[in-house]
Amino acid sequence: MNAPAQKVKITYREAMRQAIREALMRDPRVFLMGEDVGAYGGCYAVSKGLLDEFGPERIRDTPLSESAFVGAGIGAAMNGMRPIVEIMTVNFSLLALDQIVNNAATILHMSGGQFNVPLVIRMTTGAGRQLAAQHSHSLEGWYAHIPGIKVLAPATLEDARGMLWPALEDPDPVLIFEHGTLYNMEGEMAADAGAVEISKAAVRRAGSDVSLITYGGTLGKTLQAAEQLAAAGIDAEVVDLRTLRPLDTPAILESEMRTHRAVIIDEGWRSGSISAEISARIMEGAFYDLDLPVERICSAEAPMPYAKHLEDAALPQAATIVATVTRMMGGHG
Amino acid sequence: MALKPIIASPHADASHAIALLRDMVRIRRFEEKCAELYSASKIRGFLHLYIGEEAVAVGAMRALTPEDTVVATYREHGHALLRGISPDSIMAEMFGKQEGCSRGRGGSMHLFDAATRFYGGNAIVGGGLPIAIGLALADKLQHRERVTACFFGDGAVAEGEFHECMNLAALWKLPVLLCCENNLYAMGTALKRAQSQTDVSLKASAYEMPSWPVDGMDVVACEEAAHRAALAVRSGDGPCFLEFRTYRFRAHSMYDPQLYRDKREVEEWKKRDPIATFQNRLTTQGILDDAQMKSIEDEVASEIEKAVAFAEAGTWEAVEDLTRFAYSEEKPR
Repeated sequence: MNAPAQKVKITYREAMRQAIREALMRDPRVFLMGEDVGAYGGCYAVSKGLLDEFGPERIRDTPLSESAFVGAGIGAAMNGMRPIVEIMTVNFSLLALDQIVNNAATILHMSGGQFNVPLVIRMTTGAGRQLAAQHSHSLEGWYAHIPGIKVLAPATLEDARGMLWPALEDPDPVLIFEHGTLYNMEGEMAADAGAVEISKAAVRRAGSDVSLITYGGTLGKTLQAAEQLAAAGIDAEVVDLRTLRPLDTPAILESEMRTHRAVIIDEGWRSGSISAEISARIMEGAFYDLDLPVERICSAEAPMPYAKHLEDAALPQAATIVATVTRMMGGHG
Repeated sequence: MALKPIIASPHADASHAIALLRDMVRIRRFEEKCAELYSASKIRGFLHLYIGEEAVAVGAMRALTPEDTVVATYREHGHALLRGISPDSIMAEMFGKQEGCSRGRGGSMHLFDAATRFYGGNAIVGGGLPIAIGLALADKLQHRERVTACFFGDGAVAEGEFHECMNLAALWKLPVLLCCENNLYAMGTALKRAQSQTDVSLKASAYEMPSWPVDGMDVVACEEAAHRAALAVRSGDGPCFLEFRTYRFRAHSMYDPQLYRDKREVEEWKKRDPIATFQNRLTTQGILDDAQMKSIEDEVASEIEKAVAFAEAGTWEAVEDLTRFAYSEEKPR
């Protein structure tokens, strides 16, 4: 039992594919449905090969009808299936917003508890690939506004591998946001990696001077910044939220109480964002433990530009995090 | 318009004909009582009456078995009653009582009932269609021989979701009975002011599914069409589309001053009142006499009286429970 777990080299994309494959094998009620998930192999190649293995009934290509196939996922979920609906990107999920917000999120409550919707919707989110304003949104914070759904943001290989199964086991709709820059991320993962819990934040780097609170696509940049800060003698703690709804408020407050300083790094726009919500919760729950005002590093309040230098400037970067924390700590180091 | 002799229908033996009449009277009187209770402020929110359109639901629902599934709109009191949801719990729902079929969380627009497979009560125009597609997809994937009947109005035809769903239903050969209740107005917008092609059944034909218009003021025609369509759906060849041409006698909702239509038009349609014309037909044919009619009215009146008493006696859910059912209470397995 004490033998070191065997490690495998794997990408985020492959970890997600393993998760889907495992779910399809474990539960005959599971099927994957979305645009280009089958013959094309998935826009981001996540489902590559699955059509051959599981056939067109369970790896179901859809027309470009986001509202219809997301709603079909809801109906199928209420009628005994466990659908995984893939929306190619969060940008296109806006075409299915009615089904997600007006139906998936409401039906259990509106029906007085009679009809639950055990649906999983996966989608790519985020910017950083010069895809300009219509393919770069980070709207997971928006979705986290809505009671009735759960919102997950796997940022590590283990979470890419392990969040899907518990999401499928959840009786209510779960949205999984996969940051587009993560698919090629490669690393070592335990060969027997499996389901993870999906309601708790995780401390990815322990530290005592400042809490850097983030999730999804900005976790890597934040860890990088923490290393640079360490070199400068600032010991940053990095909290990966993992779940945006429900937010793990106790974990956020515990970290804050250890460090007394917090910076939230969120690729969403600042106004009305999940970073605003986290900041408010820190004020509500740990105001007297704060040595400094909470700071936020978010995307510039403009549609995402195409040009690389402008896009880089629009997004939270490790350098911005380092600069912000260094300035904050200037008089308090 | 000459009335067809009742014996033209294979289903129209005397007792069957009287049952159809009773069903229509049940809905009419129930809703007349609702309107009265609305004026008395016992029922609040939006209240959309089906008065004038009763033949459609009465005819269409006759083609369904208890195993089948129903997805309806916010004008669904009649469908709910016909499906077998108790008038008591429907009335209690409209009163907002916890004994209501949606525990007072849905109201008039959101009647739900798992026991009778009644999936709402959907108040976003067109929004029930994707759900119906999904319910039917689950049946097909699990090899269950059910039909999902989805009701929607002519207003839904203008929604993108309608076209997405027509296509998906036909493409995937789903067992859906698509029932368009064309009452000529999407709230206050006349079909001819909203559609370049006002023959709705032609739109469905374009998606390669059997589709035809039905006289929605004639309960026998509605029933015959529904039986024929349901039979086709049950054969496994995919969806069938019925355009029931009908008319709403009352305002869109209780707030509507009806500025958009001529009173003479309403009066013309009232000459084709599905209840009065059918009652006359049965009387002329010697199937119905005054005593039988009185007995139907008495029976219905007592059912409604009981429902109102039940709703009145109902209780208010504790405010502490208001967030209950935002999420499921128990995890399965």
